[in-house]
Amino acid sequence: MAAMTREETEALIQEVLEVYPEKAKADRAKHLAINDQSLEKSNKCITSNRKSLPGVMTIRGCAYAGSKGVVWGPIKDMIHISHGPVGCGQYSRAGRRNYYVGTTGVNTFGTMNFTSDFTEKDIVFGGDKKLAKCIDEIELLFPLNKGISIQSECPIGLIGDDIEAVSKVKNKEHNKTIVPVRCEGFRGVSQSLGHHIANDAIRDWVLENRDGDESFPTTPYDVAVIGDYNIGGDAWASRTLLEEMGLRVVAQWSGDGTIAEIEKTPKVKLNLIHCYRSMNYIARHMEEKYNIPWIEYNFFGPTKIAESLRRIAAHFDDTIKEGAERVIKRYEAEYEAVIAKYKPRLEGKRVMLYIGGLRPRHVIGAYEDLGMEVVGTGYEFGHNDDYDRTIKEMGNATLLYDDVTGYEFEEFVKRVQPDLVGSGIKEKYIFQKMGVPFRQMHSWDYSGPYHGYDGFAIFARDMDMTINNPCWKSFKAPWKTEATESEPVKAVA
Amino acid sequence: MPSVMLRKREDGKLLFYIAKKDLEETIESLEFDSPNRWGGEVVLGDGSKYYFEPMDTPPKIPMTLQAKRLSE
Repeated sequence: MAAMTREETEALIQEVLEVYPEKAKADRAKHLAINDQSLEKSNKCITSNRKSLPGVMTIRGCAYAGSKGVVWGPIKDMIHISHGPVGCGQYSRAGRRNYYVGTTGVNTFGTMNFTSDFTEKDIVFGGDKKLAKCIDEIELLFPLNKGISIQSECPIGLIGDDIEAVSKVKNKEHNKTIVPVRCEGFRGVSQSLGHHIANDAIRDWVLENRDGDESFPTTPYDVAVIGDYNIGGDAWASRTLLEEMGLRVVAQWSGDGTIAEIEKTPKVKLNLIHCYRSMNYIARHMEEKYNIPWIEYNFFGPTKIAESLRRIAAHFDDTIKEGAERVIKRYEAEYEAVIAKYKPRLEGKRVMLYIGGLRPRHVIGAYEDLGMEVVGTGYEFGHNDDYDRTIKEMGNATLLYDDVTGYEFEEFVKRVQPDLVGSGIKEKYIFQKMGVPFRQMHSWDYSGPYHGYDGFAIFARDMDMTINNPCWKSFKAPWKTEATESEPVKAVA
Repeated sequence: MPSVMLRKREDGKLLFYIAKKDLEETIESLEFDSPNRWGGEVVLGDGSKYYFEPMDTPPKIPMTLQAKRLSE
């Protein structure tokens, strides 16, 4: 199918909206838009970060997911208590594949689930005593933990437990960082507020721990990688590039990160933000308080990597600038080979994305490097500043959909007929059953890393093996395919 | 009275950011912008107007300040 014109896209949106009742239609219309590169500001065309409509299938998460799952969870040497009923922690345990090094259960705790396991009694009489007991038990059983965070689930806010008071008492008693995080699931409209709350908790309880302590030797090339959650090893693939160009990565936030790294971050010279959506708050805070500038970068696909490396290097002296060129040169043959191999197989294929955080705009460059085209993109929980940054990346007259509903997404895919859909696990099987190749782009479909030059090779291979998989050809039942060349059915005796 | 975070963009323009509103706009004009008087009415890129209480010395940017929204 050829690229759609503006009018066709407009007609498609109208057609999809047709089934809604009047009020819902008016609301949803604001979240669907046609990209127009001439616009500077997204608020002219799309509304985002609003409450989802009751009754539609949204794909969003909650504030607890944003805090425990995204920001705090990957900090490997802390224990994150899912404070409340057992389900929230257990069903999200280890699902995000934030890789880390360490011995789980001894000095790292990433894939474990700690919960205060609320029961009816705790809801009625309050759970502060139970929380205190939990913390004592953790100290006894896992003495090598470097800190504890208390991730509130919905009931904590509803019954009004004072987790801050418990934290302060236990902090004195055990002399360890204990962070209460007020990330009850009902707060806000999506996981996005959870990110903000988690950032604020880091700011209030962790970041200033080493203020005035100058014992950490610094260099002029110290940077922190912020908003890289090491999904399938992403942060490692990024880190090698930065180190190769001569920078010293002091901290990884928060994939494979430690609390010590976070405490040292105020000593760095530049903050590098990969996931703008979930970590810009802390970067802005550090800029104001510690005067550390920050920049956004993008490590998906060789074009964007080269662009980002040069932009990062521009903040440093000539040795780093040379380093950046050296790194780009060193991997040139490698990524040229990847493109030469996969581009002929993927050229002209069309992709629709619907993901969260940074990916709806960041991966576009990687697809374009492979000759593919992104014809529709959308954020689960993006804000207007995300869409501002997306407009220029997307082609004209392509679809933008914010907090898309299950119904809308299916209809869009049926009509646009992309060669690949990239979204989450909840969408995966629907589209595969519809016969559309699908990649789960939240945690790289159990593959990865996708960041950096090493990641690009894996990214290209994965896209190829999904799109050009022979299974899509055998999708029609044999008796429904044209029976011309098949043998005539033998008479039944 | 929203809290406004001010920061300099790479090209030297001032950015006006209100976290609660996701508002990130450039400052197009500032009523007083001299070494001995800073603040007053600001006009943003999208045309909206805010007001900073005038100060005797320019603030050290980046910085969070209180601003008043002016109705048009």
